[in-house]
Amino acid sequence: MSAKGYQRKLDLENGRVDLSHGSGGRAMAQLISGLFHQAFGNEWLARCNDQSAFEVAAGRMVMTTDGYVVSPLFFPGGNIGSLAVHGTINDVAMSGARPLYLSASFIIEEGFPFSDLKVIADSMGSAARSAGVHIITGDTKVVERGKADGLFISTTGIGIVADGLDLSADKARVGDRVLVSGSLGDHGVTIMSKRQNLAFQTEVGSDSAALHNLVAVMVAAGGSGIRVMRDPTRGGLAATLNEIAHQSELGFRLHEASIPVKPAVAATCELLGLDPIHVANEGKLVAIVAPDLADAVLAAMKAHPLGSDAADIGEAVADNRKFVQMATGFGGRRIVDWLWGEQLPRIC
Amino acid sequence: MKFADEFRNKAIAQGIARAIGGEVSSQRAYRFMEFCGGHTHAISRYGLEDLLPANVRMIHGPGCPVCVLPASRIDMAIRLVDRPEVTLCVYGDLMRAPGSQGQSLLRAKALGADIRMVYSTLDAIRLAEQAPSREVVFFAIGFETTTPPTAVMIRIAEKKRLKGLSVFCNHVLTPSAMHSILENPKIRDTGGVPIDGFIGPAHVSTIIGTQPYEPLAEQFGKPIVIAGFEPLDVLQAILMLVRQVNEDRNEVENQYSRVVTREGNRRAKDEVSQIFELRAQFEWRGLGLVPNSGLKLKPAYAQFDAETRFAIHDLRVADNPACECCAILRGAKRAVDCKLFGTVCTPETPIGSCMVSSEGACAAYWTYGRVRDEPLRRTS
Repeated sequence: MSAKGYQRKLDLENGRVDLSHGSGGRAMAQLISGLFHQAFGNEWLARCNDQSAFEVAAGRMVMTTDGYVVSPLFFPGGNIGSLAVHGTINDVAMSGARPLYLSASFIIEEGFPFSDLKVIADSMGSAARSAGVHIITGDTKVVERGKADGLFISTTGIGIVADGLDLSADKARVGDRVLVSGSLGDHGVTIMSKRQNLAFQTEVGSDSAALHNLVAVMVAAGGSGIRVMRDPTRGGLAATLNEIAHQSELGFRLHEASIPVKPAVAATCELLGLDPIHVANEGKLVAIVAPDLADAVLAAMKAHPLGSDAADIGEAVADNRKFVQMATGFGGRRIVDWLWGEQLPRIC
Repeated sequence: MKFADEFRNKAIAQGIARAIGGEVSSQRAYRFMEFCGGHTHAISRYGLEDLLPANVRMIHGPGCPVCVLPASRIDMAIRLVDRPEVTLCVYGDLMRAPGSQGQSLLRAKALGADIRMVYSTLDAIRLAEQAPSREVVFFAIGFETTTPPTAVMIRIAEKKRLKGLSVFCNHVLTPSAMHSILENPKIRDTGGVPIDGFIGPAHVSTIIGTQPYEPLAEQFGKPIVIAGFEPLDVLQAILMLVRQVNEDRNEVENQYSRVVTREGNRRAKDEVSQIFELRAQFEWRGLGLVPNSGLKLKPAYAQFDAETRFAIHDLRVADNPACECCAILRGAKRAVDCKLFGTVCTPETPIGSCMVSSEGACAAYWTYGRVRDEPLRRTS
């Protein structure tokens, strides 16, 4: 294809990404300026450098990075783009930090429609703007057809955490309360409902959301009484609490009846033989909070739109086996273990 | 979740538990085998053992189709999928089942085999339609519950003239396995604990009804209660078994009467009997060769039989000699009695069949029950 052909504007309606859009030449420049800059537009990107210099306030910096390979790319409640922004903001926010800047790296499969890429980029821009976070640098690569599942996105986030706040998964203490910000399993069930060979109708949408404002009100209410915060993404609540139990060298005792799960999520999990506490979330957090401040933090969570269904679901206990255990709705007890491998539906 | 909440009522559960506690005799032990992995899962997940008197013991039986599939059949499937023209369709939790020498379908897939995880036989039909040049093989597995969908798949393939679709048949039969547990001299003579009664399968019985269990109850003098998978179903079945034992009755009772009849689903049974016939014997993990316990395709449907079509022959592979699955599946030992349990055999690295599927006896104990190994130090 001649270079002249690329003098045209991107055909955002019918065009597709080809290998030249990752080649470093004019086509790539047109893709970046005509699509990504339009979607993310801000003063840092406008300077068109390979990096961005930015101001930071006092405090300690927090940095995280994450890759997004979700399938399908579009789902009720969001798409891979908004998910990439929310997920990385949340990873920053779980330190108690205020997220400030993101980078975004795209690995795009040859043939990917510009129209889909525009929807995804626009939703990233919108998610970032809503959160008051700026996407200030990025990268674009195009790989041959068949070498990527449409689109992969990696995002890196930077934020600032206030002095005196030091949340870490090794800081849980016996007697601490376990709080969750809302119903579990919404995102994972939504994604499953849209998979090609498992399509089913559900009223549930992804809970994908940026949680840093919820975190801010929690920090205001609980301060350093908040020992640990985590967003229970892959592996769900079970994996998150097992990680914390091992890092803090204690156990947890949960109360099944207190764990919020939407009826549609519970029913879907029942049908597929899955457990909602193993299913992924993208807009929920788990907080381990000192017992004397737990009620105040929970009240602050409930007063925030993203925490209106927050609940106190259990406590940290001394247990040298580091078990997460649950009092069942029947008065029995059982272990809540890490999931092993992928959660696979049972045969019958 | 109206279909389930009614069967998870704490107050009713505690009422049934009190009734069980009130009716058991302190002079004797009650040892009940729940044949089906679904019941094992329910007992473990809801912590039902905590509600039972100490002298009522549940024994986890072999009723998990993945658990009882011998390593040889996994090896055969891996040989099959070594052929470049084959696409193998597999139900999810079969992917991890161990073959011999640490092989599994999950590992074969990582090494490049064309293995697709499917959720129904219709997925295999769709694949065969989409790729007419491929040999699409459906890895059929399961008890009487999953056999009718396989029969329907073959019927559809015949109607649509899908020449590239076949079945690797591993369907097995519940009553034959129960018979084997009770009757096999090898099992009787190797320390199998006495079984005072069975909780009979739920889903299986929706197909075959309660009638096929009647000869077992009569011949061996064991009460059998067919029960649903909800926790209240299980508790009620235990109460019914306790009453039968106390009254010295050996009947087949139907706790799951909201779904199961004596005759079962005639149409499903007809479909199965038209397509399948008994194998003279079939190997089960833990139970060895069990006569008349497996199904194969009738000669009229040989074109859909992957074993015939690809001339794959039965293999015999020895299980790890240290693995106690055999004794555990028969109720002779518990998971914690096995030296491999929790050491080299864990859900991440299953050695024996009981650890493979989440419904296996060892996996259920590992996942849900280890908390009972020693009392928890209470701190609050």
